[in-house]
Amino acid sequence: MKHLKTIRLLQNKVSFLLDIKASKKLTLISIIALAVFFFSASFGDSFINPIKVLQVLIGKGSDFDQLIIVDFRMPRIFLAAFAGMALAVAGAILQGIIKNPLASPDIIGISAGGGAAVVGFLAMFSDSNHSLTVSIEWLPLAGFIGATIVGLIVYVFAWKDGVTPTRLVLIGIGVSAFMQAITTMLMIIGPIYQASEANKWITGSVKSADWNQVQIVVPLILILLLITFFITRQLNVQELGDDTAASLGQSVQKTRLFLLLLSSSLVASAISFAGAIGFVGLMAPHIARRIVGPSFGVLIPTSAAIGALLVMVADIIGRTAFNPLEVPAGVFTAAIGAPYFIYLLFRNPRK
Amino acid sequence: MTETLETKSLTLNYGDSNIIENLDLSIPMNEITVLIGANGCGKSTLLRSIARLLKPKHGSVLLDGQDIFKLSTKQVAKKLSILPQSPVAPEGLTVLQLVKQGRYPHQNWRKQWTEKDEEIVLNSLKATGVDHLQDKLVDELSGGQRQRAWIAMTLAQDTDIILLDEPTTYLDLTHQIEILDLLFELNQQQKRTIIMVLHDINLACRYADHIITVRDRGVFQQGRPEEIMTKTLVKHVFDLDCKMTNDPIFGTPLCIPFGKGRKIS
Repeated sequence: MKHLKTIRLLQNKVSFLLDIKASKKLTLISIIALAVFFFSASFGDSFINPIKVLQVLIGKGSDFDQLIIVDFRMPRIFLAAFAGMALAVAGAILQGIIKNPLASPDIIGISAGGGAAVVGFLAMFSDSNHSLTVSIEWLPLAGFIGATIVGLIVYVFAWKDGVTPTRLVLIGIGVSAFMQAITTMLMIIGPIYQASEANKWITGSVKSADWNQVQIVVPLILILLLITFFITRQLNVQELGDDTAASLGQSVQKTRLFLLLLSSSLVASAISFAGAIGFVGLMAPHIARRIVGPSFGVLIPTSAAIGALLVMVADIIGRTAFNPLEVPAGVFTAAIGAPYFIYLLFRNPRK
Repeated sequence: MTETLETKSLTLNYGDSNIIENLDLSIPMNEITVLIGANGCGKSTLLRSIARLLKPKHGSVLLDGQDIFKLSTKQVAKKLSILPQSPVAPEGLTVLQLVKQGRYPHQNWRKQWTEKDEEIVLNSLKATGVDHLQDKLVDELSGGQRQRAWIAMTLAQDTDIILLDEPTTYLDLTHQIEILDLLFELNQQQKRTIIMVLHDINLACRYADHIITVRDRGVFQQGRPEEIMTKTLVKHVFDLDCKMTNDPIFGTPLCIPFGKGRKIS
């Protein structure tokens, strides 16, 4: 117990055991994430010196820098960081339920459900002149509803005297394929602009972020993350297997439904504006697990920090590497994510 | 203190077929009870249903006279724990992190490591002899050590009744004895009620105060091993011809199965 510290506060009303080693690692990763958060404001069409960025943030920069940093760059950095955190934590929760590092929102169809809903929305609300009959502002809501509903559908289909992890994955893969088929079909028969609009969303990009979106998404994700942080005990127990969890006095199925809803809501809030940025929910929690171990109290915040890092870095590359062209962040997360997934498959032949 | 654990006209099923039918059974407290029977006779199913992991088709399991499914699962978890067959710990979990989970039914999100939690977890680690392994990863332990770590978690749950589903499966003989000795001591020293499923008739006879034989969707016979274990019973329960004798060291019933094999005269 050398690296563990007992913490008891308020006359023992609050007590927990702190893993010092893991906490140090978490702190370091969080500091790196924060640094990237600030420095990524330097990158874009033009490079702005980090010192100038700091000046702008304390309100002393030139009007032009102010415009670029505060109005153009900060919203997308916020969106990238929070979408990354939400996707990563959603993945960590799913991995806890399904007890397999391959489980992620991409695999069990939650993201695909959001994609199908977005394309469906574009098809449904287009008139004969191929222009939208309602405001495009409703698009994220469609994505949110699609992701949540598909999360529930997967759960209901997987139910048979309770939901087992294996069935959840198999049904999820099936539903995911079905959703992708719907998406592709709608994109082919739909108008051209729809395909490009939908494509942007399906790949996942934070390019069009603005402060209005940030104001909606950030508080929502913060609340969901806070809820997750308070139920890490349930996740720890859930991961010991259904029988052990039941023996320990957990209502296994009720908890599982709640966790799945929480995970779906996190994915839905992230992808509603940023689109389905792929593989973050797979990679981030897995990397975090290798760094701090499987105890969810520290795994959840570490996953969040790594998720934020991944999406922020992907976005920095996306807007600088092929300047003046912008490549969606989702392209880069998928470019690292897909090989990572294959690596995991080979590493876990027995699973 | 838990006073009684019994089943009332309990019927268990898998799909359309009944595994156990209309069973009334009372488990003696503060003793070691071992369930034995042929493969697929329903002994594990019965054990799981007593631990409320399986909902009965009819009838009920009563803990201190109350239906176990009407009590809150957390309340039950403070009186009764079950160690499932070959449980798997998440990759990268340390022994201490595993054993700590045993405190779950006694905790809430604010109080996750009280002085009592700490004391009981440390005692459980000591009682099972894994205290020197507490920072090791569960998946790096040997089979016997791993099983002891899981038993430590079950102990940390601090319940009067402990159920174990084939706790010695996949262990070599040395570790089988080690685990059974450990359970025996827990019963002797702390008066915990232990109910388990075992495959080995002879070890069952040696460690059990009470044996329950399961056959034909119910209990065939039950009682002290030395009183009920006969070659007729073994023939009925396991469909095995054998000679019964007494263990030369322990004096408990010893079953020597007939069959083929080398014979040295």
